[in-house]
Amino acid sequence: MGELAAEKHVQYILSVEKRKDDLISVAMEHLRMNGAYWGLTTLDLLGKLETVDVDEVVSWVMECQHESGGYGGNIGHDPHILYTLSAVQILALFDKLNVLDVEKVTNYIAQLQNQDGSFSGDIWGEVDTRFSYIALCCLSILHRLDKINVEKAVSYIVSCKNLDGGFGSTPGGESHAGQIFCCVGALAITGSLHHIDKDLLGWWLCERQVKSGGLNGRPEKLPDVCYSWWVLSSLIMIDRVHWINKEKLVKFILDCQDTENGGISDRPDDAVDVYHTYFGVAGV
Amino acid sequence: MHGRPRKDPKPEDAAASVAKAEKLRSLQSQFLSNHHKKIYTNEALEVSAKLLEVNPEYYTAWNFRKLAVEHRLSQSDSDPDSIKSIFSEELKVVESALKQNFKSYGAWHHRKWVLSKGHSSIDHEMRLLDRYQKLDPRNFHAWDYRRFVAALMNRSEVDELRYTTDMINSNFSNYSAWHNRSILLSNLLQRKVQGFFPKEVVLNEEYELVHQAIFTDPDDQSGWFYYLWLLDQTVKADAPLLVSSWPARDSNLIILEDQCLDDCALSPFNTFHSDSGTFPLIVYFNQAVEGVNSSTISVESVLNANSELTWKPLSTNNSPAAQVWVTYLNYPKVDVHSEAYPVEVSIGHSGGIISSSGFHYSHPSRFAFKVFARPVKTPIGHGGDIISWQDGNFALYETSPEEPNPTISLDQLNIKDDNEKTSSEWRAETIANEIALFQELLSEISCKIGKLTLARLLKARDLLLSPCANKMVYSEEVINLYSDLRTLDPPHSQFYKDEHSLTLLQQITSTRESLLRYCFLHGDGTSSFIGNSMCLRLNNLSLSRMGSIERLLWVQMLDLSHNELRSIEGLEAMQLLSCLNLSNNKLCGFTALGPLRLLKSLKVLDISCNQIGSHSIDTTRYLCSSPLCHTEEIDWGRDETVTGDVNLANYWEAFVIFRGLSLTQLDIVGNAVADEKLKSFLVKIVPTLKWLDGGELH
Repeated sequence: MGELAAEKHVQYILSVEKRKDDLISVAMEHLRMNGAYWGLTTLDLLGKLETVDVDEVVSWVMECQHESGGYGGNIGHDPHILYTLSAVQILALFDKLNVLDVEKVTNYIAQLQNQDGSFSGDIWGEVDTRFSYIALCCLSILHRLDKINVEKAVSYIVSCKNLDGGFGSTPGGESHAGQIFCCVGALAITGSLHHIDKDLLGWWLCERQVKSGGLNGRPEKLPDVCYSWWVLSSLIMIDRVHWINKEKLVKFILDCQDTENGGISDRPDDAVDVYHTYFGVAGV
Repeated sequence: MHGRPRKDPKPEDAAASVAKAEKLRSLQSQFLSNHHKKIYTNEALEVSAKLLEVNPEYYTAWNFRKLAVEHRLSQSDSDPDSIKSIFSEELKVVESALKQNFKSYGAWHHRKWVLSKGHSSIDHEMRLLDRYQKLDPRNFHAWDYRRFVAALMNRSEVDELRYTTDMINSNFSNYSAWHNRSILLSNLLQRKVQGFFPKEVVLNEEYELVHQAIFTDPDDQSGWFYYLWLLDQTVKADAPLLVSSWPARDSNLIILEDQCLDDCALSPFNTFHSDSGTFPLIVYFNQAVEGVNSSTISVESVLNANSELTWKPLSTNNSPAAQVWVTYLNYPKVDVHSEAYPVEVSIGHSGGIISSSGFHYSHPSRFAFKVFARPVKTPIGHGGDIISWQDGNFALYETSPEEPNPTISLDQLNIKDDNEKTSSEWRAETIANEIALFQELLSEISCKIGKLTLARLLKARDLLLSPCANKMVYSEEVINLYSDLRTLDPPHSQFYKDEHSLTLLQQITSTRESLLRYCFLHGDGTSSFIGNSMCLRLNNLSLSRMGSIERLLWVQMLDLSHNELRSIEGLEAMQLLSCLNLSNNKLCGFTALGPLRLLKSLKVLDISCNQIGSHSIDTTRYLCSSPLCHTEEIDWGRDETVTGDVNLANYWEAFVIFRGLSLTQLDIVGNAVADEKLKSFLVKIVPTLKWLDGGELH
């Protein structure tokens, strides 16, 4: 079996961090906060977080904060719950949560909860269970779950449960491994996993493993390294991870590496990016 | 980010790319400048439109456009045509963005935002959706948007159902269509809409539809989960039902305050040693329910006032819902001329017991049993003696022919439920048809879904028959199917193994005959039940999970050693359990022992030779109540003084599990985590402990 080319991936991530002017970096400027989280966490997983300038990162993160308390994807970009979580996670990674005005950030998130318990991504009102997970995760890190109505948040998530045992983005939405991760994670954080039929969902999730050993996100779709995280993590949380073959999955992930230039792609021989590098390393 | 081939950039491409990057960068900074200065001129709008056309993921631009619309609306007069044109311009921007990326969240949300303002044509939206769904029938953004538009125009669920029929008929391999169908159909069935009642007719048609999907290409998963849902609708009653209880219906419960020496008629299934003055009354439902209390379940006996009974849900994560509930009844004062005290339990006479899916317990039922207490005699040994699990201490239990009362037959341990006759005939017929069809499929092609479905159908058939026949007719065939599947589909081998364990346990507990093969007397070696404890020995069976616990509520001593158990989910129901052997299994963490916290009678526990401390990932930590799930607290400050110099944070899992147990005997050797530090920690937090790893504590 191959090996994880850890050193190459570290170099790849550090190079991405410096690269700001190529087309891909410019086109993804709006989600640099997410990219930073994926890259930095990967470095941490590989034991190389100290190669980064902490103060530089922290001050950049804080510059992305909006007066509403939320964070944007980059300096000058509007606040959104997606980037708020990444910002908090980055600060937690560096053990710098003390630079936060916790009241301000948690107020921003609490205001995004709707009457039915769901969460909007920002003031423009898009609702998605991803945002429920983000809110609960973020408030849990900051020890302020008391700021929202947890019971209603849970009941909204349960209303998104499907007949195949999975979860969608909104009630009636098709089951998708990414959404499932968010819903299972949210229920885990709030001690509400009893709402899940673990055997039913476990079977749906384990059937994401295809012949190549990789995992797809829903039936009859192609496998993708990022699902190594969404599906694997979900299976772990409901204690059904033994229902997939871990060796085959690891082999698939390792086959997705670019062992020359570093980085991991969604599928073998596709282009690499930080997002898949993070999920691939985390999965392994 | 997805699906782009990996290749080294050629020099010409690199130069073009740099030029493109500069153009995009200047467009983006121009946009940001307009946005921050709140400039909503036509030029500014043009910039944002261009940006979203090439980069629809640039979410701030969608926000800008909404602000611009609000600004323009406030400036213009309320002329409906100009308002309409403002919004249709937005829709055009969305369409051009979707051309670039038809999965852009920002684009679809902007469209919803526009439509919800009420100035746009909904018919146009349906046509747009038809186009997108032809391009990619699995695009969940389009399906979500479809649901949104259908709600806006009040389109009936019947019409939408017809749409899914069309999609499925044109291509069976469309999981999204099957999913939507399941939601629509379950709503129609639940509301008993005209044309969708009785459900039996509808389900028959659905079976025919899904057969085509499965039989056309057995490897295509699109129909698998829909089929499983149909099977569920066929076999399971929606409403919660009582499945079993302890004491069992029509049983004579004999409570021994200590070992009894006279020749009273005793059976392992209905005796209970107690010194607490109370005994548990356990009710076991077919699904998790809430609302069990003295007004929804009444217990009539001279020994207790019903209104004073408190019912507790046996949930491992502190939730108010559980499949199993328990209360405690006083037993009669011990008397030489002890009479039988009758107890009658009624349930379902008043509403209030609700399943997690919102169905009420609706079948009023009652069951009764009698309670005797036998006089206290000279105690025999037990007390603080160490319990040994070695083979030599066990002798197979043989039913004595002199026993005046025969052992309770097992169907008394299950409460029969009263189903309507026609419904159960349809069920049996449907299952039989499906079995025949899948056997036919398997005769032509050996496929995984065929075998798995057949196994499920045979089990369903056994379940339907079992209250009457009380036999597991098909278990052997089911067990063979799971063995086949482990070879046919190796990556999912552990899934089939778990199913295999469940089936094996069903088989073992299905008849008195088969169960007795695993019942042993533990003690001084004499074969009479009197003076010895009854132990259910399920060791060395390669069990990877537990099951059939509703039939094992009477068990007080359980040997599950030398199996492959990774979890003991369900064991919390075994309220009578006092001695448990889990040695030589695959328990990976203390949190896996969560169910034990609900076993108040547990005194003797052996978890030696497991894998606690060997794994960095704990797969049960969110399933057990703990500070991690925000369901209970550890007072780190106060509790640390109790435990001495140990850093509580290092042992919080052990703390959370063991602090609630009053064990007298514990074996923990053979786990990576079991060093001297941990052992002294455990001794401190379990003050009742007398024996640790075979050594006596002082």
